[in-house]
Amino acid sequence: MLNTSEVERHEAEAVNSAKVRQPLYAARKKIFPKRASGQFRRFKWLVMLVTLGIYYLTPWLRWDRGPHAPDQAVLIDLANRRFYFFFIEIWPQEFIFVAGLLVMAGVGLFLITSTVGRAWCGYTCPQTVWVDLFLVVERWVEGDRNARMKLDKADWSAGKIAKRVAKHAIWLVIAVATGGAWIFYFADAPGLLVDFARGEAAPVAYITVAILTATTYVFGGLMREQVCTYMCPWPRIQAAMLDENSLTVTYNDWRGEPRTRGAKKAAAAGQTVGDCVDCNACVAVCPMGIDIRDGQQLECITCALCIDACDAVMDKIGKERGLISYATLDEYNANMALATVGGTAPIDPRRVRDDSGGLSDKVRHFRLRQLFRPRTFVYFGMWALIGVVLLYALFSRDRLEVNVLHDRNPQFVTLADGSIRNGYTVKLLNMIPEPRVVFLSLDGLPGATMTANGIDQPEGRSMVIPVEPDRLRTLKIFVRQPQDLIDGTTQRFRFIAEDKASFESDAYTATFNAPEAR
Amino acid sequence: MSKDHIDEVSGVETTGHEWDGIRELNNPLPRWWVWTFYATIVWSIGYTIAYPAWPLISTATTGVLGYSSRQDVRTELNAAEAAKGDYVAAVASKDVAEVLADEQLRQFAVAAGSAAFKVNCVQCHGSGAQGSAGYPNLNDDEWLWGGSIEQIYQTIAHGIRFAGDDETRFSEMPAFDYLEGEQITDAANYVVSLSGGSADAAAAERGQTVYAENCAACHGDDGKGMADLGAPDLTDAIWLYGSTVADIASQMRAPKHGVMPGWGERLGDVTVKELAVYVHSLGGGE
Repeated sequence: MLNTSEVERHEAEAVNSAKVRQPLYAARKKIFPKRASGQFRRFKWLVMLVTLGIYYLTPWLRWDRGPHAPDQAVLIDLANRRFYFFFIEIWPQEFIFVAGLLVMAGVGLFLITSTVGRAWCGYTCPQTVWVDLFLVVERWVEGDRNARMKLDKADWSAGKIAKRVAKHAIWLVIAVATGGAWIFYFADAPGLLVDFARGEAAPVAYITVAILTATTYVFGGLMREQVCTYMCPWPRIQAAMLDENSLTVTYNDWRGEPRTRGAKKAAAAGQTVGDCVDCNACVAVCPMGIDIRDGQQLECITCALCIDACDAVMDKIGKERGLISYATLDEYNANMALATVGGTAPIDPRRVRDDSGGLSDKVRHFRLRQLFRPRTFVYFGMWALIGVVLLYALFSRDRLEVNVLHDRNPQFVTLADGSIRNGYTVKLLNMIPEPRVVFLSLDGLPGATMTANGIDQPEGRSMVIPVEPDRLRTLKIFVRQPQDLIDGTTQRFRFIAEDKASFESDAYTATFNAPEAR
Repeated sequence: MSKDHIDEVSGVETTGHEWDGIRELNNPLPRWWVWTFYATIVWSIGYTIAYPAWPLISTATTGVLGYSSRQDVRTELNAAEAAKGDYVAAVASKDVAEVLADEQLRQFAVAAGSAAFKVNCVQCHGSGAQGSAGYPNLNDDEWLWGGSIEQIYQTIAHGIRFAGDDETRFSEMPAFDYLEGEQITDAANYVVSLSGGSADAAAAERGQTVYAENCAACHGDDGKGMADLGAPDLTDAIWLYGSTVADIASQMRAPKHGVMPGWGERLGDVTVKELAVYVHSLGGGE
């Protein structure tokens, strides 16, 4: 049953192995990740497709907003200070919605990390996705791990130069496309593409593309795992977020150790034999170049490719899958205690197996309900609460606003007939991409009338003010009240702005100042 | 302290440094990081050559690129000036009433006039143009010399009782020191009664004749004043030198007269137009 002859053995050493004496400054060890295949690899292909698809295609989606607003579904219009997201349009003062989304992203990350560990790192982080994409190119041009190692060692020849040039050229094309896609979020995509190709786009567009091309190429193609290990703070923050119930990629040494090459012979010789055949397949596929069998470590992005690699080996030698698996520290500890009799003896994998040779019933496996614990409920509750509040705020927000600034200097003016006048800077915000006629009126302040500079309408308690689509209109408005109706030095009243067509309205409470009566 | 000390937990060699039993792990820095560090040093040297940096005794190196933040400011100021060019040209070519009538030009003139006002006018008229005793409030609807846009423009351009301008507005209220003290008080009481102030009714009655003989020529029979002469309306609530009987009597015996300089020559026609539109927009413009 135990047939290890089919298992390919890899000469692979973990890059962070403590067995090697380290110099003060370490040269980088090259990593040649082998192609993995299995359920996690398939899932990662899917995630890559979706995330890259979203990134590259989003700016090209159209969304009809009428003639007075851009028709790009997602557009960050910095010049006009507007952010468009499908049916949502955000003005700068509504940035609270973006801030809320960022808070949700933060809490969501806590939630995900406390349940399934560094899933962000392993599946959706742009660094991971683009490195994955660049590795696809590298494998396509240069072959899989062994071929690449051979090519790397080989002397320079026409063939090697051709392969290297081809690889870097494709990487650069991807890098330019990545940098190029970014700028389309900030301007009308089709128009910008034409301008960009003709050399007529703004210098900032070219500079942005150049910088992002450089970072994509350098980070995705050249630096790869170095970015995660040395530049990213996330691996350090992780440790604080994982607990004993968080899923992490785990080498189950309670069934794997002692790892044995030539298991049949060793078993025949009466030695204890673990499931691990020390084939190094897990190290060979690792894009971070580490050995998961050294335990959980900050370099591990939990991409789970070692699980796929190990499962394939386990299938071949006829053992249960899951020598490397997603496991929580809790179940790992329980199983370890089983294998070592509570830590009193060396690991003996026979203790986790029953008489028939299968895994014993005492072995703990991950149960879904471990995901539901107070911590994750609190995270989810916070996340959902912020989401509900944001949604409520979004659907109840005003699209017609009036803001009023009372003149402070002078606070009031006495007019020839003895009446008192106050000045106000009134701002009418028409936050929809349609022109509107705003009906502005006074509420309170008996006998008061108003006029506005630039509005040729008779003095009265209301006026009709056209406001351009998606624009703010600032008016200088003078309110006067006859002397005999003045009631105290400070009176409160309201400016009411109404759209008689849509029945939207907004009000602003202002004060009217008058001198003390003599 | 052996150099070869190995940390038990991590299995990593330590640097041999120890502080209160805490040892420093000798985890290596990636070499590219060191090279990056050297690159920043090289960059900084190049930077100090390219840009102004090294202090000398009385100046500093200017850098081979010739960059100067003052030059940047100058460029931005010139760009701002150029951006205003069209508006300034339009204001220059139109007369002040046309500027007021054009909404875009009006907004430009109000903004520009507001800036010019804060530099040149606030010393007397106050930062809110609210004036003070002897200095007219420009927000209200009482104008000594008229509140139409042309009249305001004329006043700002040529001033009032300003010796340096031939076209300045000029008129002075004479001192009525030949009148008896009683007559002056009576007339003052009458004037106060015109604007609805608290006056001695009998004195006001007597003062009416004094007013008709001495004051009506300029201020009008009804006391409404005459803008062409700068004679104020005596029937309203606004008083430049005070509204009591004593204030008015004092103004009749020894009148005070404000002087406003003409700004036309000093600020130029465009700025004066902008100031006129700004003052007109303060709320009292007619």
